[in-house]
Amino acid sequence: MKKSKLKLYLQILLSFMKIGVVTFGGGYAMIPIIENETSKNRKWISSGDLLDIVAISESTPGPIAICAATFIGYRVAGFLGAFCATLGVVLPSFIIIYIISIFLKEFSSYDIVKYAFTGIRAGVLALIIKAVVSMFKKAPDHILAYIIMAVSFLLVVIFSTNVLVIILSSAVIGIVASFIARKRGKEL
Amino acid sequence: MIYLVLFLEFFKIGAFTFGGGYAMIPFIQETVLSHGWLSTSELVDFIAVSESTPGAFAVNISTYVGSQVGGFPGAVCATLGVVLPAFIIILIIAKIYDKFKNSKTVKGAMFGLKSVVVGLIAATVISIALEVFFPKGLTTAVFVTSTFWFSLIVFAVMLFLLLYKKFSPVIIVVLSAMCGIAAGYAGLI
Repeated sequence: MKKSKLKLYLQILLSFMKIGVVTFGGGYAMIPIIENETSKNRKWISSGDLLDIVAISESTPGPIAICAATFIGYRVAGFLGAFCATLGVVLPSFIIIYIISIFLKEFSSYDIVKYAFTGIRAGVLALIIKAVVSMFKKAPDHILAYIIMAVSFLLVVIFSTNVLVIILSSAVIGIVASFIARKRGKEL
Repeated sequence: MIYLVLFLEFFKIGAFTFGGGYAMIPFIQETVLSHGWLSTSELVDFIAVSESTPGAFAVNISTYVGSQVGGFPGAVCATLGVVLPAFIIILIIAKIYDKFKNSKTVKGAMFGLKSVVVGLIAATVISIALEVFFPKGLTTAVFVTSTFWFSLIVFAVMLFLLLYKKFSPVIIVVLSAMCGIAAGYAGLI
């Protein structure tokens, strides 16, 4: 392997480790930081590329950070680039969470930690409701979309239906509905 | 073979959750509860830990569950499982991007997926709310406990700060922790 190539892989690894360390909460919070590091600092991709990457991440499974790292790494240096970028973005949180997982159970017997988590649980509920609100805003504004939301909600709450079955069925419903809409010369 | 089970369960989670972040919670909740890996309250606690540490939620939760269930090798297997589907799919898409971008099938599937995510997380809200407000089960006695009212007030204030004041999640976690500690030492909860 050429020395310059090796240096590029190392740069990719370190850049994405940096991104992995500084992004709290994950998700879309990562986008500006990824843009800063890979587009402005390193000039590996353009801002337009980054928009594409966000669009792809939204329509493929998996965390947005992994999708973005894999895509950018591949664009810059092929398969090994994708590997280094993904490893880099995962490694910091892996190490931190592994250390926390060893201590969290012991910590949780302290009074102060118990009290803190009583408060935190109520706060987390608010965080998740915020997530529902923002996903609702991004969902399609269409009667069928509202039906899918309501039915999936009821299936889980009342019938404890398997989540995977619901996810796959709604994808199929979306595909069929858009096919039917096109037959009638409309867009869904 | 616990390592293989961890790998496969988290592979499934990585392969079938769209939207990232909290969109993964319903599927993760179903998986960890059915295997007895975490309780709902442990999952809620961990969401707070994940918000206060760097990295993607899916990676954090898989590392944590893997480590709890199978130590270091368990953490590696679960994390590898959750990352691998996205890694493989993106490698393929990087090659066929233009076709993928304009595909009517992908657009149709996304219509269904973006909708279903809302319903699924709303369902998670119900189960987490039950855990937060009625940790000992749903009885009328709960309305006289101070923990119930404390949780309700903290929840309402945090929701207001999130939706109308655009507070960041880390600040919300820190503030609610401080409320809990203050109330605990004041003997209120």
